[in-house]
Amino acid sequence: MSTTQPDEKVTRRDFLYIATGGVTVVGAALAGWAIIDSMNPAANILALSTVEIDLSPVEEGQSLTVVWRGKPIFVRNRTAEEIAQAVAEDSDNMKDPQNDADRVQQPQWLVMIGICTHLGCIPLGQKFSDPKGEFGGWFCPCHGSHYDTSGRIRKGPAPTNLEIPEYAFLDDTRIKIG
Amino acid sequence: MSGAAKREYKNGFVRWVEYRLPIFSAADAIVGRDYPSPKNLNYLWNLGSILGLALVIQIITGIFLAFYYIPTAEQAFNSVEHIMRNVNNGWLLRYVHANGASLFFAAVYIHMIRAHYYGSYKAPRELLWLIGLAIFALMMATAFMGYVLPWGQMSFWAATVITNLFTAIPLIGDSVTIWLWGGFSVDTPTLQRFYSLHYLFPFIIAGLVMMHIWALHTHGSSNPLGIEVKGPQDTIPFHPYYTAKDLVGFGVFLLILAFFVFYQPVYFSHPDQFKPADPLVTPPNIVPEWYFLPFYAILRSIPDKLLGVVGFVSSILVLFFLPYLDTSKVRSAKYRPVFRQFFFIFLADVVILGFVGANPPEGAWLVIGRLASAYYFIHFLVILPLVGWFERTKPLPESISTPVLGDAGGGAAKPEPAE
Ligand code: HEM
Ligand code: FES
Repeated sequence: MSTTQPDEKVTRRDFLYIATGGVTVVGAALAGWAIIDSMNPAANILALSTVEIDLSPVEEGQSLTVVWRGKPIFVRNRTAEEIAQAVAEDSDNMKDPQNDADRVQQPQWLVMIGICTHLGCIPLGQKFSDPKGEFGGWFCPCHGSHYDTSGRIRKGPAPTNLEIPEYAFLDDTRIKIG
Repeated sequence: MSGAAKREYKNGFVRWVEYRLPIFSAADAIVGRDYPSPKNLNYLWNLGSILGLALVIQIITGIFLAFYYIPTAEQAFNSVEHIMRNVNNGWLLRYVHANGASLFFAAVYIHMIRAHYYGSYKAPRELLWLIGLAIFALMMATAFMGYVLPWGQMSFWAATVITNLFTAIPLIGDSVTIWLWGGFSVDTPTLQRFYSLHYLFPFIIAGLVMMHIWALHTHGSSNPLGIEVKGPQDTIPFHPYYTAKDLVGFGVFLLILAFFVFYQPVYFSHPDQFKPADPLVTPPNIVPEWYFLPFYAILRSIPDKLLGVVGFVSSILVLFFLPYLDTSKVRSAKYRPVFRQFFFIFLADVVILGFVGANPPEGAWLVIGRLASAYYFIHFLVILPLVGWFERTKPLPESISTPVLGDAGGGAAKPEPAE
């Protein structure tokens, strides 16, 4: 690039160099962006982004796993003890402090993305026979993360609580996720 | 490349071509009669050509596998089974490709360890080492993406765990991961981009190999004594001496490959790889291929997600600084008694990390893993610089010819120069 010394005049040629260079850089950046953005989720994948779940077959103390956007959604009909435990432990020392009430719309129904926030394994705890970890909720076998009955991380390498997806109750027994 | 007089070729056709495209003299200068090499290279110097062979084997078998392989979540596993059961010699192509990848890594690790022992990365060969590391990084990416292609349980979960490393990046981590996936989880779009890159990267590696060899030829091979070539008496022509020796290496490599392909074809595989990918069931212990285990162990030893990823990435990045961390002016461990001991302790440490990576991070494994991970970094960041400064090295021989021609069969260097 040319520099402007006191004794040098800015010429038409300097202007043309800068203008050409500028257009090239902007053009390359736009083309680059288009290419990079092509890797983001395509329209058909974004279109699959809601799912409705019927809760009526899930008895108290039972869990249901459904797939939403390729990820498992954990739905749990929590027992009274589980709810009580989750609320009682609200004030315990936690890595990602959150009250149980802020994690549910109806205390009975806990709806979460069933993916360990560490490196993406599916925690165990949905089946009766599964290990549920030291806090009675879910346990991720991959690197040993323990989640409580509210899906909050209590021990292990995961940094945050199990994520709550966006969802809404359509009526008493049906929810829509996404 | 020597400025030696132009070689006269006897064959008329060769002369005709040479006059128009000097390809024969170029070959002679690169791997032929006009490339003088130190005369004391041992078998550890065979690995370079073996790596070239391994790359060629991967590319050839890969191209033929690609004729039948289908990169979709629905079809990938079945198409690999189709290759195994129906395609003529498909089992052979696949087993050579899968075991070839393992031996490729075995060879590259010996090659790198050789460089550490003999200090081959010291001036003026730093760039040679750095280009080699770029090749190594691409190899790791290629093998990781290749392992995803058969879409077994380990494929899927290795892909999930490794791509999730990116979620550790503060603020933009989640968007970066979704961008890498092309969706909200590892699925067909992920598989297809991995396939495309798995096909591409080996050719980028081939390009880097050319730069690697170019850098090598600029100052010639290093050698077990770690001293520079002083003159023609220290060298022999590459051809026929090292071409013949390299062919012996090829034979050994191919025998080992044949042993695995024909007798232990799934030795390096994992039982969960025989189940099709299931996004709703995580296998009890996710383990990567053996060649990633030490790095995986470092990742899992650190109980914090972000720091674990930082440790994992640093364990590879630290290698890029090796030429500057290894401060000794003397290259070869042969003349560095203290470094030599730490070198073997380091090797043991990496092997221990490998075992840690293969076992669940609980109990004793967790403790051993943390100690071994810490030692890995201590070796590079503390021990190497200090040993380089304080170690009393042994006297170097005057030239390559001195110890080779000196005392008959001499393992010990002649006590030539005064200290
Ligand atoms: C640096 C060179 C390469 C390495 C280290 C490598 C490594 C791998 C690995 C580890 C697998 C999984 C094997 C298994 O478990 O079944 C694989 C699969 C595959 N690779 Fe490669 N590869 C290389 C080059 C290539 C090239 C150049 C192509 C294509 C032209 C290719 C095409 C394939 C295909 C189609 C599969 C899936 C079939 C299968 O699983 O056997 N590879 N590769
Ligand atoms: S993925 Fe769950 S603990 Fe690592």
